[in-house]
Amino acid sequence: MRDVRAPIGEDDLQAFIDQRLDEPRRAAVEAYLAEHPEIAARVEAEGRQRDLLRELLQPKFDEPIPAHLRIDTLAAARRERRRGRWQTAAAACVMFVVGAGSGWFGAMQARPTAQSRPMPMVVADQATLAYSTFASEVMHPVEVRATEQAHLMTWLSKRLGHPISAPDLSGHGYRLMGGRLLPGGSGAAAQLMYDDDHGSRLTLFVEAANGDTTAFRFAQDGDMATFVWIDKGMGFAVTAKTPRDALLPIAEAVYRQLDTAPPPARGS
Amino acid sequence: MDEDLGSRLEQQIPALRRYAFALARNSAEADDLVQDCLERALSRWGLRRTDGDLRAWLFAILRNQFVNAYHRNKRRGTQVAEDADAQSPAGQDRALELGDALAALDLLPEEQKSLLLLVGVEDFSYAEAAEVLGIPEGTVMSRLSRARKRLREILESGRVPLLRRVK
Repeated sequence: MRDVRAPIGEDDLQAFIDQRLDEPRRAAVEAYLAEHPEIAARVEAEGRQRDLLRELLQPKFDEPIPAHLRIDTLAAARRERRRGRWQTAAAACVMFVVGAGSGWFGAMQARPTAQSRPMPMVVADQATLAYSTFASEVMHPVEVRATEQAHLMTWLSKRLGHPISAPDLSGHGYRLMGGRLLPGGSGAAAQLMYDDDHGSRLTLFVEAANGDTTAFRFAQDGDMATFVWIDKGMGFAVTAKTPRDALLPIAEAVYRQLDTAPPPARGS
Repeated sequence: MDEDLGSRLEQQIPALRRYAFALARNSAEADDLVQDCLERALSRWGLRRTDGDLRAWLFAILRNQFVNAYHRNKRRGTQVAEDADAQSPAGQDRALELGDALAALDLLPEEQKSLLLLVGVEDFSYAEAAEVLGIPEGTVMSRLSRARKRLREILESGRVPLLRRVK
């Protein structure tokens, strides 16, 4: 401890108010206060106010703990929430398998195989199917929402084995809704979904795709338009129910944001 | 969750409620703070450093929640309290002081208020209080001194309810 004869400082006065000084020091402070009545009055007032706060707040401390704050209650509610989440997840899995079995894989089997179609068209087919399956989905259009964009992009990048980021299409009136992971032709595929103020949806579909880098290719399937290209072993497809001319500048914007290289010559 | 953690958490609830009430000055809001704090503690228990003090950890969670979610919407304590210096000192009426101590406390900036509560009411050591508030331990005494001086001046002016008057 400090020397008993050391000058009394502000720290001593505070510790005195809190009754945290050892006995020799406390006596030294008392002697000092006896000689300095103004400081003594101040210390006395501050000590009284400290006690006052304790008195005023003590009834709150003494109240019985409300039932809803008891740890048993909170832990039980927590278990309930976890189980609820698990059940929702399990139900989603079942729905996905049913949907995938009847729609996704069924339709894929009806398509010509990858060997007989050019790679960009294979990517376009898958992108179009994914669009028709999920863009019409009202309840669960995306698996992970855009509010968790960082998590979403890290996750999709990891599963694709290729870093991707979500292009900003706000200049074209489209906002990112979120994304999901899908089975692709040779591994995982990612679908990012956007919508505009009218509720029109646009998707960016990405998957690993063998083959040389290509120019933009255009594919039309019913009212769904798709621009697709292969770049550095990855296939990209931008799909929306919109005319070709309206979609092209958006596809170009996506391309520019995914790769700083100049856009390739347009094919069709 | 093990029984032991449950009972150790539960032991802290009365003090957490007292601290939350002094911060929020509203029982319902205070209990919401305590509930959020306990839920957070339950979910983060696994991530917690094993060596830290449970009480300081809980108070830090509660305090951060108050600062983040609640304090933003509250009136600015600092500015109002500064007006206290301009008030002419009135008599030190004990009844007035008693009734107004919590109101006066409410006029302090949150950090000063928390410091007075943690040290003066909850009996935290100066080091523990520094940990909860995220301030250097060496600054606790001078901050405590300033907080007590401010509170005393507000109470000695004897005009706590009038302090919000626009000058």
